[in-house]
Amino acid sequence: MPHIPLPEQLPGITGLLENRLDTAQPIRELTQLLLRGESTLSQGERELIAALVSSRNCTNFCEAAHTKAADLLLGDDVTARAVKQDIETAPVSEKMKALLQIAAFTQQSGKAVTPEAVARAREAGATDREIHDTVLITALFSLYNKYVDGLATVAPADPAYYQMLGERITSRGYVRPPGGYPVQTH
Amino acid sequence: MPHIPLPDGVPGIRSLVIYRPDTGQHLYALAQALLRAGSPDSTLANAERELIAAFVSKQNQTDFCMMSHAAASRYLYADQRDLVDQTLADTETSPISAKLKALLIIADHVRADARTVSEELVAAARAEGATDGDIHDTVLIAASFCMYNRYVDGLATLTPTDPAAYDAMGERMGTMGYQLPTPQASPATHLS
Repeated sequence: MPHIPLPEQLPGITGLLENRLDTAQPIRELTQLLLRGESTLSQGERELIAALVSSRNCTNFCEAAHTKAADLLLGDDVTARAVKQDIETAPVSEKMKALLQIAAFTQQSGKAVTPEAVARAREAGATDREIHDTVLITALFSLYNKYVDGLATVAPADPAYYQMLGERITSRGYVRPPGGYPVQTH
Repeated sequence: MPHIPLPDGVPGIRSLVIYRPDTGQHLYALAQALLRAGSPDSTLANAERELIAAFVSKQNQTDFCMMSHAAASRYLYADQRDLVDQTLADTETSPISAKLKALLIIADHVRADARTVSEELVAAARAEGATDGDIHDTVLIAASFCMYNRYVDGLATLTPTDPAAYDAMGERMGTMGYQLPTPQASPATHLS
């Protein structure tokens, strides 16, 4: 049960964001820019970073949602699973491996990111902006994971929920739908 | 040295939001909403919000955020400014309220592993008068500073070592809040 009263029909992050619209708006806008805005990383690659970080933080709700989003965007259900299991043997580019390792370090602590980890990414062709965005996406999901777990929000057990959520965040993105999330009566 | 080219001589988060202002504006808007407004039923003063931010940054060993938010908290506490350093030195013996102590314990659990925020810790804070809004805001401030700290440290931004540099930042944060810096602003006079 959540530590504070939250809208029952909205599990995970959704209820938190609806509960406090003033803080939710910059969080949503930031996510939309980082995960859906212009970038030389594909949307699927960026969702892989979100899924990896959520997995390392053991935040089931975020891990399931962003794994599903990555699956839908990449068109397969093996890549995200492989990345979460072992970055080095996952079927992604050398550049993505290096960026995912930077994400894995950042998840532990910003201080854990070494010049060597950054140099490896650059040698594999990563740009300054890609390195920047990898760190900021990881930092943002540290916020999300801790917000979702710290208030003990509900993570639905039904995989169908994450299918719906994955479709929503890949088709409509992260901005609040006009009118919010009215209770379904049918 | 920063891991990516950032504006020379500009410290911490400021160098990052100048590097990428489109994401930076939302990072500053979030800080403003959390540290200068808060939930409608929250009892936390702005000085206490800044103290939670400084405490989490200290636990994460992010000196820039710890020093700057400690300076903001000192400015806002005014004649009670000594509370800030007493709390950062030893939360347990600091003469802050029992409610704030209980909330700092929750903040530290969010920082270390948010799954460990137990019903008992939340009940202990409620017993000292914490509202739903206080609990919410404490968790979100702690979670947000785990983001800011990782952003600032993960790209190895400049951290001034002279404590005096942070006094000006603290006053600016205390009076003007969180406004996106412009690249034209001189870092020497527009620190926050």
